[in-house]
Amino acid sequence: MQYAGKYKTVKALGFHIPALLLSVIMIYPLVWMIASSLKPNEEVFTTVTSLIPSRVVWDNYVTGWQSTGRYTYATYFANSFRITLWCTLGGVASSSLVAYAFARIPFAGKKIWFAILMGTMLLPVQVLLIPQYIMFKTFGWINTYLPIIIPQFCGVPFFVFLNLQFMRGVPKELDEAAEMDGCGWLYKYLRIMVPLSVPSLITSGIFGFYWSWQEFLQPLIYISKPKLYPVSIALKMFSDPNTQTNWAGLFAMTTLSIIPVVVVFMVFQRYLVEGVATTGLKG
Amino acid sequence: MTAVTNDIARSYRRKKLRINLAGYAFLAPWLIGFIVFTSVPMFYSLYLAFTKYDSLGSPEWIGAANFVNMFQDGVFWKSVGITFKYVFILVPLRLAAALGVALILTTNHKGIGFYRTVYYIPSLLGGSVAIAIIWSRLWGSDGAVNGLISAVTGSVFSYSWIGNPGTALYSLILLGCWHFGSSMLIFVSGIKQIPASYYEAAVLDGAGAWQRFRYVTFPALTPVIFFNLVMGIINAFKAFSEALIITDGGPMDSTMLFALYIYKQGFTYFKMGYACALSWVLLIIIGTFSTFVFRSSNYWVYYEA
Repeated sequence: MQYAGKYKTVKALGFHIPALLLSVIMIYPLVWMIASSLKPNEEVFTTVTSLIPSRVVWDNYVTGWQSTGRYTYATYFANSFRITLWCTLGGVASSSLVAYAFARIPFAGKKIWFAILMGTMLLPVQVLLIPQYIMFKTFGWINTYLPIIIPQFCGVPFFVFLNLQFMRGVPKELDEAAEMDGCGWLYKYLRIMVPLSVPSLITSGIFGFYWSWQEFLQPLIYISKPKLYPVSIALKMFSDPNTQTNWAGLFAMTTLSIIPVVVVFMVFQRYLVEGVATTGLKG
Repeated sequence: MTAVTNDIARSYRRKKLRINLAGYAFLAPWLIGFIVFTSVPMFYSLYLAFTKYDSLGSPEWIGAANFVNMFQDGVFWKSVGITFKYVFILVPLRLAAALGVALILTTNHKGIGFYRTVYYIPSLLGGSVAIAIIWSRLWGSDGAVNGLISAVTGSVFSYSWIGNPGTALYSLILLGCWHFGSSMLIFVSGIKQIPASYYEAAVLDGAGAWQRFRYVTFPALTPVIFFNLVMGIINAFKAFSEALIITDGGPMDSTMLFALYIYKQGFTYFKMGYACALSWVLLIIIGTFSTFVFRSSNYWVYYEA
């Protein structure tokens, strides 16, 4: 008995020690960032390995927020929230509509369109970068958020797939009952499918939030006015090692920039894990 | 008699039309987007690939000159080589890490949920500018990595990992590996779906741990591995922002990933025709590899009958 207990402890240690070690490695960059954001600026690179500030300088968050440019991070965060809100709403709503067509309506050409839709997931954005830029320039969309937001309203293939997988699992009996009552497609979609597919709508909403919050390439190309910078671009612009001196302040802002991501993760963890699992498995 | 069949045929056609109308109405957002934001730009890009265009004035037709020039462009070849190196080191390494950790996290221990969350968080923040900035400071000459090495060895170490052509690419590969969490989650749920009876049967046949992995777990996971492999390869070929923020393609073009090279040609040097030609080369490379992986799947991916 005693032996069995010892064996169990050894086995548990054999698991927990490597697992904890890996946790430390995985989380270290983030802890380092937070620690550096609280250090006196001159200490950031002189006590680089220390994760405990000699004294906690909350002021970094104030100086970082004010930033060295003409605008404060209040502008950049507001811009990011605006972009994120519209991109997420547009992506989720349009993708759900498109997914419904594939899930329930037996229209002609469905198979071909679905193959093309999945094919666009494999298409590298780089191929579209330049022609889209030229196109949006002729539209007069440079230095607006339209090139970033409008394409999201045309459905995001990954979200279509995610919602489609979910909708396939919703029993058809409910639709049939509604058909007996003479209800049309739109009614069946809005009244039956949308309420039932809330989990997959939330999952795509979370991914939409992450992607548009962290989006870098599109604003880099289309936004050149500092007044319109989202947080990602502002951070990049202020991270030049040749001009940046207030590193603690910059790290304070990088820390703030990931807080929304972490909060959304904590709140919606369940949906996210499920979403990752279902799309990965049925792909 | 004919009147009746005509009526039936007509009502059938009408119903079919209604279904098609409804289908295309729901499909419309994507279809419009596909035409306006994907198809038209694709054709335009193909045309631009055969032109010289500096974004001012109008494109000038130069035939296949862009593609011919590529052969003489040293940076192009270097970039292709670096990108292959990046993809073929990063993707297997990250998959192996994801699978290995997933196997460990599906054993029966306390605190599994905690570890799963901790390992997944880096993937969430994966592409963010914040992480790229942190990474560039961690691996710089005065970064924390050198600080730790100095502390352990006792002598001052100030090698710039991202500032040296020999190691810069590896610091980007390591950043990619740091994001093994999302593949790991997919593997975890894949492993959990393998029926316990398979393992019981294997144990009865006297299979050890390795044999259980080799003959039960691995075959059952091949569809998941396949999916992760395809997405991993495609995403790695497209990798861009890390290289732009951390090293800006340097030092000495040692991290000039292909996607970054396209961006630079197009938006830094305004050689838009050349950049389009390059982007088609990228498309062909990705297409070739995807096809290759898809074809190979017949030989190693097991789908349950």
